[in-house]
Amino acid sequence: MDALLLQLLNGLDKGGAYALIALGLTLVFGTLGVVNFAHGALFMLGAFVAVAVNRLLSFSVQVRDESITFFEAYKQQPYLEIWFGDLGLAVIAWSVPISILVAIPVMLLIGLAMERGLIQFFYKRSHAEQILVTFGLAIVIGEIVKVLFGANPIPVQAPPAVAGPAPLGAWLGLSENLVYPWWRLIYLFTSLLIIAAVFAFLQFTTYGMVVRAGMADRETVGLLGINIQRRFTVVFGIAAIVAGVAGAMYVPILPPDYNLGMNFLVLSFVVVVVGGMGSLPGAVAAGFLLGVIQSFASMGAVKDILPGIDQIIIYLVAVAVLLARPRGLMGRKGVMET
Amino acid sequence: MGIFDGKTTRRRVLKGGAALAGGALVAPTVFSRGAWAQNFRNDPGDSGSVTFGFNVPQTGPYAEEGADELRAYQLAVKHLNGEGDGGMLNTMKPLALKGNGVLGKKVEYVTGDTQTKSDAARASARRMIERDGVVMVTGGSSSGVAVAVQSLCQEMGIIYMNGLTHANDTTGKDRRRYGFRHFFNAHMSAAALGPVLKQEMGTDRRSYMLVADYNWGWSVEESMTKVTEDMGWETVQSVRTPLGAGDFSQYLTPVLDSGADVLFLIHYGKDMVDSLTQAVQFGMRDRQANGKNFEIVVPLYSELMAQGAGKAVSGIYGSSNWLWSLNNEGSQAFAKSFGQEYGFPPSQAAHTCYVQALLYANAVESVGTFYPVEVIKFLEGFEFDGMGNGPTLYRAEDHQCFKPVLVVKGAENPQTQFDLLELVQEVPTEQITYPHDLYPGDLGPYEV
Repeated sequence: MDALLLQLLNGLDKGGAYALIALGLTLVFGTLGVVNFAHGALFMLGAFVAVAVNRLLSFSVQVRDESITFFEAYKQQPYLEIWFGDLGLAVIAWSVPISILVAIPVMLLIGLAMERGLIQFFYKRSHAEQILVTFGLAIVIGEIVKVLFGANPIPVQAPPAVAGPAPLGAWLGLSENLVYPWWRLIYLFTSLLIIAAVFAFLQFTTYGMVVRAGMADRETVGLLGINIQRRFTVVFGIAAIVAGVAGAMYVPILPPDYNLGMNFLVLSFVVVVVGGMGSLPGAVAAGFLLGVIQSFASMGAVKDILPGIDQIIIYLVAVAVLLARPRGLMGRKGVMET
Repeated sequence: MGIFDGKTTRRRVLKGGAALAGGALVAPTVFSRGAWAQNFRNDPGDSGSVTFGFNVPQTGPYAEEGADELRAYQLAVKHLNGEGDGGMLNTMKPLALKGNGVLGKKVEYVTGDTQTKSDAARASARRMIERDGVVMVTGGSSSGVAVAVQSLCQEMGIIYMNGLTHANDTTGKDRRRYGFRHFFNAHMSAAALGPVLKQEMGTDRRSYMLVADYNWGWSVEESMTKVTEDMGWETVQSVRTPLGAGDFSQYLTPVLDSGADVLFLIHYGKDMVDSLTQAVQFGMRDRQANGKNFEIVVPLYSELMAQGAGKAVSGIYGSSNWLWSLNNEGSQAFAKSFGQEYGFPPSQAAHTCYVQALLYANAVESVGTFYPVEVIKFLEGFEFDGMGNGPTLYRAEDHQCFKPVLVVKGAENPQTQFDLLELVQEVPTEQITYPHDLYPGDLGPYEV
């Protein structure tokens, strides 16, 4: 029972990341009609916002380490520690939550720049051309990050208060040995919160209503005198924020490298296709579903029967879903169909 | 008056014949350095320099180890060329090197990135051999890479001095005539760790293993399972995880409900840092199972991993090939030299690579030629000391070094920022030695 609960939770927190990226992909596809292969790069850029904030806060001076006598050794002492003592160290320790706040405006700007600077010129081009140009953009962004931060993953820790395990068993009246990492729980609940916020924005605000109307019939909304294009540009920015925040929050779970976006992009496209192209609820549902399936496929008992199944299960599920429901779980008729 | 001046007499012909015969007898010793000049690949000939190939992971899960290996190789080149303080050239015995390069030729080097992938490593090694004309390739870290590159080097007739590779296969079933390993292996780790684990954790334990899914992981899994089960432990489950998985949470959650009270993390490099950090996040350091403290064991430890995992390693047992803090003159000479150069002490990966570069150079200097067959014959059965591990033998039958193995644990009360691992026991060579045919393999021919 405990094992199943833990595996379910684990699948949900993985699924949270898949769902957030897939949600942004679907938003962009649904509004602008662009298949954005650079969306994974936005997730990666969000992660590197967290890295950059951490480096900025940890900016240090080299101090001679007197405890080492047989060669000249130095240790790093952050300026924040020199200036503010323990308070400075605490600020550095909380760099990831701080970076989430920083990521929101930074990612909005990056998103707007990406849409206005490049992607808007490809609205009326074929999907194949959109894929080529956005894939190229993803490679360029990845290489820039590689030049700036190097090729290797950079670890950044969660704040000490939430770096350890949460007493899940005690909360639920189950075994006291049942624990789950605090940060993963926070990630899961933040994912759900962001997803709810995006849906609420689209469902319960006038702005969101116009966007939905534009997604359904762009021409008619335009005839009503609404500049739907500007609103879609804002939606692109929102999608970039969602991906960026998801990336920044993922840093304590997985140290990012320049290739992080590509690793997630492939999975996220599978999620979008399984959920149904253009369907926001489909993307979210498929994200969580595939995360949970992948998690259960990693259990020793399952791998004993089917070795290596954890590596291919997502693709097997995708094949099965597409065979049974070619439009995906919640796909609409006519989307990406000739 | 010359022998052949046109006035041929019987006496002169006899004189000439005697001179030629005498010359033929003397030639192998007088001209020995050039005797094989036409017969082997990448012979440096009369060039004033010779090139080594340093093929290390600069990206991928073992990149940290690769970076330290490269530092060590660069330091070795300095010392070979007579620069710096000489490091272990001051302590190595027997020593033929003179600090003027190798056979008087200045040592230069090229580097490659294995990416911790066998195909990339082979491509990089091939480039070094074919384009850069290296006389020797060396590097690591990954047994998958080691076996692949060693095999390529055998085919191309270039000696491969393995860096950090720990699988039994490297000098077992995949041993090669042109490949040599100074580093210890999984069998030795298990033989050294077993008695310590028995003493510290008892004989009634249930273990769970997370295993890197390639030849190194399988080797350690096999060796550790045998040793622990022989002392009464039960293996509850052994799960293989992909190299470079990053997020190991899906493999860690089943451990919590498995009934196991010991977790073996058979991961290395960044994978080990990730899996150990995540295991700690899942509360495995403060856990009770079966009425005992839950324990984590990392069969192959390194300072770089300990540094990456931070406080999570405190008190966790493992084995190591070498520690910079060992109290012997070779270790101290190397640690001092490396520390002065880079500002921090070397890792075991750096140590084994430095030693391998020196051992190859010393072998060449000793036999007076770069001809690989002679170098191989010199290294087979070579006994040396002063390189940080005490008296060491390069066993001829499988090209595996035999020396004491260190059982270590994460430092609990570090005195300096570099006290990451502390020595628990130096296990003597006799305890970890095994017959060369325990893991049967074929070295292959000398001439290729």
